[in-house]
Order: sequence, then structure tokens, then C-alpha cells
Amino acid sequence: MELRRDVFQAIADPTRRAIIALVAIQAMTPTAIAENFDSSRQTISKHIQILNECELLRQEQTGREIYYHLNPQKIKEIADFIEPFRKMWDDRFNKLESVMKKYKSKK
Amino acid sequence: MEQKTKVSAQDGKQELVITREFDLPLELLFQAYIDPEIVEQWMGTKVLTLESKRHGSYQFETTDPKGNKHRFNGVIHDCVVNKKITRTFEMENTPFPVQLEFLEFEKLTDDTSKLTMQIVYKSVADRDQMLKLPFAQGINMAHNRIQEIVSKLK
Repeated sequence: MELRRDVFQAIADPTRRAIIALVAIQAMTPTAIAENFDSSRQTISKHIQILNECELLRQEQTGREIYYHLNPQKIKEIADFIEPFRKMWDDRFNKLESVMKKYKSKK
Repeated sequence: MEQKTKVSAQDGKQELVITREFDLPLELLFQAYIDPEIVEQWMGTKVLTLESKRHGSYQFETTDPKGNKHRFNGVIHDCVVNKKITRTFEMENTPFPVQLEFLEFEKLTDDTSKLTMQIVYKSVADRDQMLKLPFAQGINMAHNRIQEIVSKLK
């Protein structure tokens, strides 16, 4: 079975949100990220892996170190997830408006 | 650019508010909600029942591109002409709980009007789920379309 990560589940976790906030300031190595938390290195590693799978983070190899960057495009998609909902209503209301304008001119 | 339709969903609240200003007189806007033939045209649904009165009910049916029929229904708790409609909304055969809708109609000028739609959900999670529906469908249908929408916003 293919495991599909839900971005919204990913950001529902407070630790993962904290990781996003850290990496938003500057690119960090997994060790540097883990130092900010009391949880075990493995736990943090798992969180990073989930964020990476959701493409919220991007890996970059610099010498022997892996740095994690924030993927702003993905963050923007989440911030704008209401937009399709708004668009759906906007389309519906535009239709209402045009239907009623035609109705009015027929009378 | 000022958007005609606005959606406000505050973090952690189990409701959302949709507002829209129409280039229509109040009476015409209200009629679009109570006349079954007109509802069919703009909602793109078949109206099976629509009793726009206190303690009335409604039932609509849509057919998706695959030919599957989806029904939704509710009870009209209150209906005051050119003023408000209070009703419930439920999608049949889905796990989504019923939602409560307060529709308020306002006259702005002789030719313009405003609709405020407050939707109350059973829980915050249910609200977020409903908000995500078109988002998720968008991703399934065409990822590019989402990218396009996102890139247009600044």
C-alpha cells in the first residue's frame, strides 16, 4: 500500500510546526534542528522525514552535511487552501448574478 | 483587486462566514434563493423540494460528470422575505454532519445588495474538512490548476 502523507496532518503536529518555524529563519542541519527540542534525535528525525515527504522541506547537500530549507511554494499552497473553496462560491454567485440579470431584462 | 466573494474562517472556530456583494436589487437576490427554477439554473442542481417558509424543507440533487447522483437536503427553520433564511444543510450518504446556515440579505443601494452566509459546523475538524474538499478535489483533478491559482495570489 502506498503511504500518502497529508500536508494538513503534517502541520497539525506542534513539533512539526516548530520545525517549520525554525527552518523558516535559516536552513539547518538535522542535528541543529534536534538541539532545539527535548525529544530524542530519532523522534525529530521522523518529524523531519514527514515534512520532507510532504515537500514542506527541501534537502540540500553542502559538503558532508545535509541542510533543510523551507519550500515556500508548498507553504503558500497551504496558506491558500481556502482559495478553491472561495472560488467555488464565487463561481456560484457569479452564475446567480448573471441568471438574475437575464431574468430582470426579460420582465 | 477587491474580491466580490469573501470567506472568513478564523483559526479554531467551528464556523465560517461567506460574504458577497451583488450587482442586483435585494428583491432579485432573495428571489434567486426561493424560486425553484432559478435555483436550478445557478446552483446547477435539480430541485426536488423547496418550501421557502418557516418549518419548510428542501432537497436538491446533482449529477456528477460520471453520472452519479448526489442529494442534499435540509430544513428551513425560518424564512423572512428579503431579510433572512435560516436552514440546515446535509449531504446525503456522506459521513459529514449536518451544518447550520444563517443567510442574511441586505439592501446596499437600489441596484446592489449583500449576502452574508454564516455556516456553523459540528466541530472545528468538520469545518476544516469541508474547506478542504474543493482543495483536495482540485489536487486530484489537476495539480496544475492549483499551481495556477496559487501563483495568481500575492
